Amino acid sequence: MKLKALLAAATAAAALSAGAAAAEQVKIGIAAEPYPPFASLDNSGNWVGWEVEVIGAVCAAAELDCVITPVAWDGIIPSLTGQQIDAIMASMSITEERMKTIDFSDPYYNTPAVIVADKSMDIAPTPESLAGKIVGIQASTIHQAYAQEYFKDAELKVYQTQDEANQDLFAGRIDATQADSIAMADFVNSGNGGCCEIKGAVADDPAILGRGVGAGVRKGDDALREALNKGIAAILADGTHEKITAKYFTTSIY
Amino acid sequence: MTGLLELLGLGASAELLSLSGWGGNLLRGLANSLQIAFGAFGLGLVIGLFGAYGKLYGGKVTRDLLAIYTTVIRAVPELVLILILYYVGSDIINKISAAMGGGRVEINGVAAGIWVLGVVQGAYATEVLRGAIKAVPTGQIEAAKSYGMPAFMIMRRVTIPAMMSFAVPGLANLWLIATKDTALLAVVGFNELTLETRQAASSTRAYFTFFLAAGFLYLMVTLCSGAVFARVEKWARRGQPSLKGGAR
Amino acid sequence: MISLKDLMQPHRVVMMLVFAGIVIWCAIALRWDWIPKYAPLALEGLWATVWILAVSTFLGFLLAVPLGLAQAVGPWYLSIPARTFCTIIRGTPLLLQIWLLYYGLGSLFPQFPWIRSSELWPYLRQAWPYAVLALTLSYAGYEGEVMRGAFSGVAKGQLEAAKSFGMPRFTMFRRIWLPQAVRNVLPTLGGETILQLKATPLVATITVMEIYAVSSRVRADTFIVYEPLLLLALVYMGIAGVISLAFRRLEKG
Repeated sequence: MKLKALLAAATAAAALSAGAAAAEQVKIGIAAEPYPPFASLDNSGNWVGWEVEVIGAVCAAAELDCVITPVAWDGIIPSLTGQQIDAIMASMSITEERMKTIDFSDPYYNTPAVIVADKSMDIAPTPESLAGKIVGIQASTIHQAYAQEYFKDAELKVYQTQDEANQDLFAGRIDATQADSIAMADFVNSGNGGCCEIKGAVADDPAILGRGVGAGVRKGDDALREALNKGIAAILADGTHEKITAKYFTTSIY
Repeated sequence: MTGLLELLGLGASAELLSLSGWGGNLLRGLANSLQIAFGAFGLGLVIGLFGAYGKLYGGKVTRDLLAIYTTVIRAVPELVLILILYYVGSDIINKISAAMGGGRVEINGVAAGIWVLGVVQGAYATEVLRGAIKAVPTGQIEAAKSYGMPAFMIMRRVTIPAMMSFAVPGLANLWLIATKDTALLAVVGFNELTLETRQAASSTRAYFTFFLAAGFLYLMVTLCSGAVFARVEKWARRGQPSLKGGAR
Repeated sequence: MISLKDLMQPHRVVMMLVFAGIVIWCAIALRWDWIPKYAPLALEGLWATVWILAVSTFLGFLLAVPLGLAQAVGPWYLSIPARTFCTIIRGTPLLLQIWLLYYGLGSLFPQFPWIRSSELWPYLRQAWPYAVLALTLSYAGYEGEVMRGAFSGVAKGQLEAAKSFGMPRFTMFRRIWLPQAVRNVLPTLGGETILQLKATPLVATITVMEIYAVSSRVRADTFIVYEPLLLLALVYMGIAGVISLAFRRLEKG
């Protein structure tokens, strides 16, 4: 047993030194959490969803050899800068704040930010209405930045994943949550989401909410950014984007 | 069997946990967890052995550096260490590789997990093995020296076999810590048993079913390891008077 | 404690200079401009960590005494449940226990609508009661095992002497058995408390805003990765140092 472990450690070390020679694979980081309908794990251990299919299509169009690499959402930017992954395609909005640390490709979809709350609650997506309420948000998202800026009178609860916030909304521990409209539409139509409804979009603030979802790459990694841009443009032009969207949604989300 | 489960109202749970349901994911997670625990425990033993020798026979600087290593690792939460080592580790390796003119280095999740937990385990293993080596009667090692045995042979033939019986209980404990610490890798998004459980639970909304099932799997690992280590301890103690019963 | 003379050995002076160099390099080369903005939040987080640690250790120890006693001398209908409890707590990861308590229980709430109008609801809604409960049970599980050994370790002669004096059983427990058992475990108690400290950051995963969660918040807001983590590690080392000093005092006094 000990020997086996030693061998494993030794091979791991060998793999570390030998890996550099292998063909350049592009590691596409996604959030290791269920985020339907964009990316979720099915019961045979495969990632499925709109974004997963788009990643496949973009990589095929850009002729990149991509592997999907799940990492924790709240550490996804450090994972990128720390070179564990090469690109982020995890429904990450393009914002000024993030552009200070990483670069983005062109956007490949767009989703407004909405407030979701219990059907019986009289809540509007405004700071006044949410004052004194408990609002759940996911860490390191545009929603956290937005809520910290605008909902100063609300009690904010920060979750590692949006799924946990949804779970607590269902359990009644939070009064409302702010998140992406498309993912939330999926949640309120799911078994547990029946409790709740979308109360409306929050007032836009492009500086915080950004301009669409793009693929994040390391600063200066222009070759990869250009390749991804080419791929995104190609699937938008040849109708692949539309075809994938039609499988999941009734309207365009670009 | 199915009838009995239905009778107990567990039919739905049994279906969720079946191998065609989410049970397969849980087992894959368990395999990942065990792989990392084995690797980390092994790496920890290697570090621990060098660390223990360094602390006992090393120079002043080595001893002080090792003291800093074991103190820091044992005072800082594993979760914080994992985050630091996880992000820093690949960064440093890549920078070194770039400095040496090499390309980018691929580090998979398993290797990263083994490295992170192994460094943590190493600090505890250093202390366990140091205590065990100290418990070996010095006369035995001196006798080996006086026969002109080389240092490495003394280590292999005398010190390690003689210290085994003292080290096994501590190492058994370390192994259990290793298996449980793999759960912390869930926080950096590594698909081990706890994260797989989490994902299965939130996809199906059957929180209790999956968390209890995962708890059962961890408990089985603990109990089985306990039985194995009891055997190993008995083997390591062979030929020694029983400590429990006192004088025989 | 290390004396000044020990510290002044040449190789240690060199090491300290190297260390000072690293600290100065860190102070200059890394980014610390976020500290003033997050200092109030960090203090709150620090307080939450210390508070959760103190409460869960104290309650956990209170629970560990009966658990240890039941295992050491209890009849089978007490000792078996106590042993099972300790085995389960010690055999499964704390993270899993915390998630089971918080999200598992939470998933049951909607089935019982009356829960939301009960008096307990304001507490059930928050995260800290689950954090304290999980950490208390965990400490009790580990310490219960230690207490079992401690109770068995008290010399039987003393108990028999007390009995022959006609001391009532409870007085005997209070005056002789418990104090000696506690003295037996005192050397390990400091280490156990540091282990408990190292378990506290796990409650950040159920939204408790303690010091670890504050560092995550800094990382999320500013994208600065290493600096908050390094400072966090220093803070934990500081708390661990205080704990071990306090217990060393306690042991002597």
